[in-house]
Amino acid sequence: MNSAPRPETVKSQLQLTVNGETRDVLVSAHKTLLEVLREDLGLTGTKHGCELGECGTCTVLVDGVPVLSCLALPVELEGAAIATVEGMATDGRLHPLQQAFAELGAAQCGYCTPGILLTAQALLHQEPAPGRERIREALAGNLCRCTGYTKILDAVELAVLRMARPAVVAGGEG
Amino acid sequence: MMRLPPFTYLAPRTVGDALKYLGDAGPEAMLVAGGTDLYPNMKRRQFEPKTLVGLRGVRELRGVRGSERHGVTLGSGTTLSTVAGHPTVAQHYSALATAAGLVSSPQLRNMGTIGGNVCVDTRCNYYNQTYAWRKAIGFCMKKDGDICLVAPGSPRCWAVSSSDTAPVLWSLGAHVRLAGPQGERTLPVAALYRDDGIAYLAKRADEIVTDIVLPPADGWRSTYVKLRRRGSFDFPVLGVAVAARLEGDVVREARIVLGAVASQPREAPAAADALRGERLTGDVIARAADLAARPSKPLDNTDFSHPYRKNVTRAFVARALRRLAGLPDDEARA
Amino acid sequence: MNKADFAVVGQPLPKIDAWAKVTGETKYADDLVLPRMAYGKLLRSPHPHARITGIDTARARALPGVYAVITGADLPPVKFGILPVSQDEEGLCTEKVRMVGDAVAAVAAVDEETAERACELIEVGYEPLPALMSIEDSLAHPEVRIHEYGDGPNVHKNVALQFGDVEDAFARAHLVREDVFYFEGNTHLPMEQHAAVAHHGPDGKLTLWSSTQTPHYVHRLLGKILDMPTAHIRVIAAPVGGGFGGKLDPFAHEIAACKLSQVTGRPVKITLTREEVFYVHRGRHPVLMWIKTGFTRDGDITGCHLRTWLDGGAYGSYGVASTFYTGVINPVTYKMPIYKFEGARIFTNKPPCGPKRGHGTPQPRFALECQLDKAAEQLGLDPADLRRRIVAEPFTKTANHLTVTTIGLAECIDKVVEASGWREKRRALRARPRTGTKKTGLGIACSAYLTGAGTAIYWNSMPHSGVIIRADRGGGVAVLCGATDIGQGSDSILAYLPAEVLGIDPRDVRVHPADTDLTPVDLGSYSSRVTLMCGMAVIQAAQRLRTVIFKAVAEKLDVEPSALVARDRKVGVADDWDKALPFARAVELAEAMHGVLAFAGSYAPPKRAGKYKGGGVGPSPCYSYSACVVELTVDEETAEIDLRDVWIAHDVGRALNPLLVEGQVEGSVYMGIGEALMEEQVFRKGLHKAPSMLEYKSPTTLETPNIHTMIVETDDPEGPFGAKEAGQGPLLPVIPAIANAVHAAVGVRIDEVPITPDKILRALDLKRRGKPARIGPDKLPLFTFKDALMVESAFGLPAEAIAVRPFADAETVTEPPASTSPAASRAPASPAPDIGARPT
Repeated sequence: MNSAPRPETVKSQLQLTVNGETRDVLVSAHKTLLEVLREDLGLTGTKHGCELGECGTCTVLVDGVPVLSCLALPVELEGAAIATVEGMATDGRLHPLQQAFAELGAAQCGYCTPGILLTAQALLHQEPAPGRERIREALAGNLCRCTGYTKILDAVELAVLRMARPAVVAGGEG
Repeated sequence: MMRLPPFTYLAPRTVGDALKYLGDAGPEAMLVAGGTDLYPNMKRRQFEPKTLVGLRGVRELRGVRGSERHGVTLGSGTTLSTVAGHPTVAQHYSALATAAGLVSSPQLRNMGTIGGNVCVDTRCNYYNQTYAWRKAIGFCMKKDGDICLVAPGSPRCWAVSSSDTAPVLWSLGAHVRLAGPQGERTLPVAALYRDDGIAYLAKRADEIVTDIVLPPADGWRSTYVKLRRRGSFDFPVLGVAVAARLEGDVVREARIVLGAVASQPREAPAAADALRGERLTGDVIARAADLAARPSKPLDNTDFSHPYRKNVTRAFVARALRRLAGLPDDEARA
Repeated sequence: MNKADFAVVGQPLPKIDAWAKVTGETKYADDLVLPRMAYGKLLRSPHPHARITGIDTARARALPGVYAVITGADLPPVKFGILPVSQDEEGLCTEKVRMVGDAVAAVAAVDEETAERACELIEVGYEPLPALMSIEDSLAHPEVRIHEYGDGPNVHKNVALQFGDVEDAFARAHLVREDVFYFEGNTHLPMEQHAAVAHHGPDGKLTLWSSTQTPHYVHRLLGKILDMPTAHIRVIAAPVGGGFGGKLDPFAHEIAACKLSQVTGRPVKITLTREEVFYVHRGRHPVLMWIKTGFTRDGDITGCHLRTWLDGGAYGSYGVASTFYTGVINPVTYKMPIYKFEGARIFTNKPPCGPKRGHGTPQPRFALECQLDKAAEQLGLDPADLRRRIVAEPFTKTANHLTVTTIGLAECIDKVVEASGWREKRRALRARPRTGTKKTGLGIACSAYLTGAGTAIYWNSMPHSGVIIRADRGGGVAVLCGATDIGQGSDSILAYLPAEVLGIDPRDVRVHPADTDLTPVDLGSYSSRVTLMCGMAVIQAAQRLRTVIFKAVAEKLDVEPSALVARDRKVGVADDWDKALPFARAVELAEAMHGVLAFAGSYAPPKRAGKYKGGGVGPSPCYSYSACVVELTVDEETAEIDLRDVWIAHDVGRALNPLLVEGQVEGSVYMGIGEALMEEQVFRKGLHKAPSMLEYKSPTTLETPNIHTMIVETDDPEGPFGAKEAGQGPLLPVIPAIANAVHAAVGVRIDEVPITPDKILRALDLKRRGKPARIGPDKLPLFTFKDALMVESAFGLPAEAIAVRPFADAETVTEPPASTSPAASRAPASPAPDIGARPT
């Protein structure tokens, strides 16, 4: 590309709400949410596999909806509720999805796991009892190269079961 | 990490402001809605706008209004997920809900907008590459170069119209409403596109697509089928949109529009004519499918080989017509 | 040993790192940030083949925010390569570039954007050379030399081995088939892009954190590449976000990060983009294959002759091993009394190929299993029955002198045939063919794979895997081992096994992996070696610890050490359990008696390489076996494939954790499906056609079928508690099973991977026109293999009574089974947990 000097970029002070906490950041407009989460806020739980919207690895929730943080701009997200994998556990207790993923071996290398957990969390918030095919569809935007998705689908199903009947939730391993 | 080039971001709240910002910033400015098409292209340096006018905060661009009786208006900023899941759209303009629901991946549909999909940049596997890759192979005329790598010697660019919703909207007889510095104008979707990989839109750079206007459903049925390698992520490498108005089981009017076979959606009027006044029997479907497949002339610049895309066009049109008629996909042929 | 006697082994426990992975706490290499850290970028070649005439970095150096710019001239003038016989790579190219993507310069800057802009300011002069982009090109143009070494112009390796008289075997056959197949290249596509952080400290010592599967080999080679004492280099493998063989070489970004850190005095991080990962590659070799096999009327193989041509890409990498692997594992699956193998690896101007899951074996497996299917059809035999009939004999040698131990393949075949409804469905499909355009077919295939390479990358007599175990007074146990967890669960295995031996909970074990300063060497996560080798080493270390603990407790309880057992975090006498001591107390007693409780365990595979040149590739302590049935439909009009179900049975010896075994099998099946149906690394005009996640087609949830996994256990005497590998073998049969199912569905043979709708549609068209309904290669390169090394076939000879396993505690010796008849095919029951002390 041309090597002319960049247009002057103005950094703006933004107030972002991440995992329920208000965070002030000073960023250029062209910084993606992925970059700001990882590089400015130190939330490296959000991973990246292509930065072009082609793999789903960097998925986070914005107002409960799964979006690709590599294609989202923080300048557009003031006032929105941003959720990352670091916010899934509450008061030291894992979300049932996290528990099920750990127990069933749904995370192998673990790199796609944060994005998949959040996508599944959004699904279960919308539809508390999705069938396996529905789960497949909802996760069709998250590539995983390790698992063949089988244990991932199993784990989401287990979490569905436990969330419907909280008494079944196993604990202790966390 | 792939990063965006720097730009100034402007966030208007109204269409009027957006037009003003766009006008003030001049040719170095671009519009962005969902960003799902533009940002990857910017990261690969297909575009390096100095200014982005973001439409995300313009409320009037969002939402679905109207009814099937009087027609439905979709704000251009409505997300593809919303369009796909909207009950009126799903019931009365089902091809549109289908097409919107087949765009890329669930996450991308939560971000991408219907207006963005209508205006989505044409695609070519010599073009949708990083700057370094394009430089290595030699730039093409669509960006930074002066030849077409898929058809050397061609005076024009053959990048492929890759919108799922465009052929559907065309088949439904939809219109787009454009706002510009001189005011509003409305165009049939059929008039929005041009068969040129670079200047593929009749929309002027200083105009904004504000609405997509669907006519009253009025007995029309529609369907959309899509060819791609995977059930997610992939752009269409062939799309077939069929809309027909039936009385009883007799077709009174029909439109068949193919996507991803040229630089714009391509209508197949002869095939539609062959349906008029007919019942959707196997023979009628076969005849119409043959006619519809003829204009399809894909080139070798997308996924799958172009002979394959050409060869299955007939089967995909037939499949769309069978679905429209409520027949199973793989009904035994005579 | 009976399953019921285990406390930990066989339990579906969570992985020990699962909690960090589900909370986002796991720190992969790109997640590391150090104070004052600079960001690096590599400038890569835009030419597939060119001479470098000059590099001007002045403008880049002048850019504000740039700390350093280096070229190959700043590195010591050495060439390196992972294999001692292929020292053909440079950290940054100096004279020539051999592919688009070769690194020529590197920048460290205040941030990644600045580094990237600086790269664009570097001016490199190139004099383009002819680009050789295929095997045929490279052989046709000997005047253009990609490298100056090898077995001929652009021939990296030429091998030929013959075990018995193959012509005689064909003369005795009832049916002789000759078939030609092609397997397109494909890549690993780990979700994590490679990343490295280097820190050269003021003390002159260098630390490298990297997403590598082989910290030891990187460590070893960095000393040479950077010309500094290896003693001053520390390599730490960060948790790897997917490897599959793609992170097994030392790479330019690792070398550049180290050098840039040296130059700038700052930590330097380099993370590759997805496109760069495609250039780094080292993935599946494209292989052209000719295979000739003789069969008796009953389907027995009389002999087999295989020729392979590998498109190696621009560098050697693991290519010599890959070349051998396309040949040498074939005789392990079925009875193959006579065998001849000729193979050649050709250099081309493409990213170098190397080891991808299954390393060199999925390609010939595809050829052989498709040919078996064709032979079964001609012989009028059920393809499942044919395979079951010819399963290799356990505890024998193959024609090419490999020793096989347990074989659970017959049971695997039975299981997939039964579970899939193979017989009933095929009968039903024959009786009532479907009338619509969607046709259903079932296909079967089998495979075998090694459990760890029997020899290291470089010749040595040291352990392949080492462990140090340390018991703490609090009852905790620390395990230090060089093994690298790439998601397969090796850290967890290193916790489960000592927990089993010591009678404690796996949660009481902390595993400290893959740090060359702290952990004994493990050669790396490749060749399915880690569970077996580090497993055996950790068992040995744990047993040594247990021995001293038992001695101390025995004295305290006034009993013989042999009377003691360790379980439930206690040590005591089984029928006087009330007096059993807590494990932590037992540790204190032992430490008081012996001093610090730190013990080493070592493992090296039994020495039984064939006594001929080339015999070092192929031997393995034991081999896993898999059988696979797939059911799919093909639409005759569009050739779209709908893959619905995959049944796979895998002989893993013993499932140390069935959840992890299933995960490995499912992942292998997934990767096999991708290779079979859509993944391909192809080139156009000298460039990778589609170096992106979007255009390199990796299956999503929607293309992945239901995978029905069945585990078969054979309790192998070579493995830890009887375990064999699970991570690679199950990929192999999936691809030919799909090809065979496509044939069963629509009657066309696609002798070329990937099996795309495009190819099927062309084959269907040929069928309609009455021509042979086959798509596949029809020409072979003009190429002369060297004269074959003639070696007598060892087929059917019994396995040696005692194969010496170095470093084993030779306290007990178990005889091999007296009979090798199928009835005795089960291994002798392991008296585990004493397995580590039991050479066979």
